[in-house]
Parts: sequence; C-alpha cells; structure tokens
Amino acid sequence: MQAFDPTALRGDLASARFEPGPTDDKLILSMGPQHPSTHGVLRIMLELDGEYIVRAEPVLGYIHRMHEWMAEQKTYMQFMPNMGRVDYLHAMAWNWAWAGAVERLMGVEVPERAEYVRVAVTELNRISSHLLWWGAYLLDLGAFTPIMYAFDDREMILDILQDVTGSRLTYSYFTIGGVYGDVPADFAARCLAFTRHLRSRLPMYRDLVTDNVILRGRCEGIGEMDVDLARRYGATGPVIRGSGAPVDTRRAEPYGVYDRLEFRVPTYPQGDAMARYMVRMDELVTSCDIIDQAVSALPEGPVQAKVGKTVKPPKGEASFAVEGARGKILIHLRSDGGPKPYRVKLRAPGFSNLSVFCELSRGTLLADAVSILGSLDLVIPEIDR
Amino acid sequence: MSVSQLIEEAYTGLKSLVIGLGVTGKALTQPGVTVLYPMEEVARDNLASFRGHVELVGKDEDPAVPKCVACGACVKACPSDCITILCPIPAKEGEAGGEVKMGPAPQKGSKTPGAVYVDFSLCSLCGQCAKTCPVDSLKFSDNPYMVRFDRKEFRIDLLARLKRLAGEGLE
Repeated sequence: MQAFDPTALRGDLASARFEPGPTDDKLILSMGPQHPSTHGVLRIMLELDGEYIVRAEPVLGYIHRMHEWMAEQKTYMQFMPNMGRVDYLHAMAWNWAWAGAVERLMGVEVPERAEYVRVAVTELNRISSHLLWWGAYLLDLGAFTPIMYAFDDREMILDILQDVTGSRLTYSYFTIGGVYGDVPADFAARCLAFTRHLRSRLPMYRDLVTDNVILRGRCEGIGEMDVDLARRYGATGPVIRGSGAPVDTRRAEPYGVYDRLEFRVPTYPQGDAMARYMVRMDELVTSCDIIDQAVSALPEGPVQAKVGKTVKPPKGEASFAVEGARGKILIHLRSDGGPKPYRVKLRAPGFSNLSVFCELSRGTLLADAVSILGSLDLVIPEIDR
Repeated sequence: MSVSQLIEEAYTGLKSLVIGLGVTGKALTQPGVTVLYPMEEVARDNLASFRGHVELVGKDEDPAVPKCVACGACVKACPSDCITILCPIPAKEGEAGGEVKMGPAPQKGSKTPGAVYVDFSLCSLCGQCAKTCPVDSLKFSDNPYMVRFDRKEFRIDLLARLKRLAGEGLE
C-alpha cells in the first residue's frame, strides 16, 4: 500500500487518471470543451482503442456558478431571473419550479387563469426547446438544412412569447402567485394558428429527416439502454421514455392544471438513439394537444394572487417538481422565515442523463458517441450549475 | 442478407434521399423568412412588446419631469444592483448654503430624484423594478439594437434621456 502523496493531486485530475501506461497503446482524446457536438463547455475524456471507445468520462466545472449558493444570497423574487439561465432552452419550466416551490412553502393559491397561461407558455417553450434540439442534433450528425427549418418554426413561438413576456430566450414571466402580466387578446388565436402550422410541418420533417436512410443508419441500434440502466442512473424525460417507461412528472405528480388535460405520454421501447429521437418528435404533437386544450379553456379572471410586498415564507421545507424538456426538474427549498431561502437544492435532469453516457458509449465508435451524446439532449449550464 | 434484401434496402434508402432532396428543393421557390439586419430592420410593430432596458415615464402635465418619487423601491428590488438613484442630502444646521451633496435614495424630505442611472451591462431584464414601482414611473424601452464599443457607455442617464425624448416629442 502506497502512502498518500498530496503532490499527485496537482494539475488536471481527469487527465492524470487518463494517462496511458508504458505498455498501453490506447489513445487519449479530449473531446471538448470547445467541440461543437458537446453543446457548450463540456469536456469528455475518451480512451480509444483504434476508433473504439474503451472509456469515456465527462469533465464538468467549466461554467460552474453555484446557483444554489447564489439563491441563498438573494430574496425569493430576486433569484427568479437566474432560473432562466440554468436551462436557457426551457426557462419557463425552471421558473415554474421555483415559483411553485415558493408558493407551496407559503400556501399561495394561484388563480385559475394564471395556471392555464402557465401551461400554455411552458408547452410553447417545450416545443421551441425540442425544435432547437432537433436542429442541433442533426447538425451534430452532419445535416445542416434541418436547423434552418427548425428556426423558421421556432420563430413563430418566439414571436408569441415575445408578445407575452417581452423577451425571446430567458423569459422572466413567472411571479410568485401568478404571472407577470396578462396575455394579449389574440394569444389563444395565435397559439391555435401555431399548433395548426406545426402539425402541417411535421410530415415534412418526417420526409426530410426521420425517414432518411443516413439518420436511420446513425441512430438505429446506437446507444441501446434498457429501462433498468435508465432507472439506475435516474434518467428522466425523453431519455427514459425512449426506453419504454412512461415516466412523466405531468402525469405522476400533476401540478398546475395538467390533471384536467388529456394528453398521451409517448414511449418507445427500443431504447436506442432513434427511440429518443422519436419520443421528442411525438412530444411536439403532445405539446400541441396540451396547448390547444389550455388556450381553449382559458378562463377569465386575475393572473396574480395577492402576495405581500416582501415574500417571506414561514419556516419549513417544500419541494416542487415539474417536467422540463429534458426531464424532471425538482427544487427543494428550506426557509428559516427570512426574506432569503436558507437552503436550496436544484435537481437538474441533464446531470442524470449525462451520467448514462459513460455506460452507453463503451465499445461504440467515436462517431456513435456524438450521436449518443446528442440524443441525450444536454444543456451544459443545467448540468454544471 | 440475400441479394433481393440488399436491393430493396438500397432502393428504400435512395428513395428517402430523393424525397428529402425534394423537400429542400422546394425551399428554392419560397421567399426568405429572415431579415438581413444592417440593411433592414425588424418591423416596429414586432418590437412594441419588446422589453429592453427601463426608462422613466414623464408626468402627464410635463413630460420632461419623471413621475418618480425617489422611494428607492426599484433599487431594492433589482437582483443585479443596476439602478442608481441619487437625491440631494438635506443640509445640517449651520451648513446651509454650501455645495449640494448627493446620496442614494431614499433621502429625508426629497421627493424628486437628482440623478437616475441604469447600468444596462448588468441588467438581466427581469422587469422587477417596473413591477415594484408604486407610481408606475418605469417602463421598458423597445430598442434591441444596443451596440457600443465600451461597456461604460451602457450606464444610461435616464433623466437626460427623458428630457431628450420629451424634447423630441416622442413621449
């Protein structure tokens, strides 16, 4: 047994562990942090035997900002815009999780109209997130055109959301006890027009990409994951639904008005990258269904519950889970009765989804690692918060 | 795999490629959807709902004077400390007639702001200042084209801006 040598800990831990032995002919490859297919600043240390992956290890920490600690330095309302920065592609879901946790802590009853508006904007945001993923994933796989089509359709959502919230990416629309302002008068009509438009575009998406022989070749049978593996790593969202488990927070722990809406949770049993792709494509339709129902049933009334000028929840703990575009988002809050949270824990779905990658990529080709990584739909600020 | 299967696979594969190419080919005949920014700008009605940096709202009777009562609620609500409101500090006895000193709002006896700055380089556009304002003295500007060479230029003097806008009759 060797004595503990503190000098061994110097330098880059990850690459030190990855140093090849004197007789080893393995290649150490650092994928990222600037590699375009890692979607941000994720570094993956790969040990390659020829072009086959022997070992893969994600290295995090390039944009770690300690969101939980930051939450403890600000009041409940002041921290709200930060939630949009955790997952910039599905900012609404994170805002809802934060607002919901504080509301549960305070026992605030949200007005009915606000709940329906929340559902509609969150689902619109989910579609825009899935569309961007669709384009970016195919960009990783070498197809450039789809991202242009995705942006074209996403533009319509951004225009609707800009009229509602005032910004186009990091919305701060949620408040504690409701939403920032009422939706414009033509909101329902525009949402219905958009869902009709998107449904008419989906057959074109299928012709252009989903039935494409190259995509099928690069996704079918790649990164196969059974339900047990997904459950063991705590994978949620489309990743576990692509393995056949109908796990959905909107169904399992209904929040907002999801228990009043009819929708199907799409699942595919294959568990490969194609199944995860298909789940997301089906979720576009699911979200369209939800939006149609939510804006048709939009009741009249206020959009903001009466909450005092300073938000001061009583002592206690509360957690609130929502279904984000990437999986289950959970926020656990502990209050000591002051204006700032005493302790905050964020559960980001991307982190659990990424940890499956090490197992999935073992034994695959380097090019397949890209298609597995893309099919997990990672947003790095959320993993590395 | 038999020869017939191979041929079938090649056929379906080629067919999918041709169908995909057809979809892309159709785009050649369609008009563009983007705006070539420096040459054209986004239509004004698209920007009506855009929430840019905050600016002061003038009084109805005098648009060059803000409604602001220098209570400091926006400064307290702001998560990123980007708003500064300065008010004259009331002079102590025996010091009257000297130079007017400015201090952060709220100051005793002062109901008008001496200077209002917003540092747009820090602002996260959450709009909480405008939401907490008790007299609705803050609104959002609709300018998305904020380009400067120096980040210090993003410290905007809102009082001067209000005067300029009122002078131009844009209020």
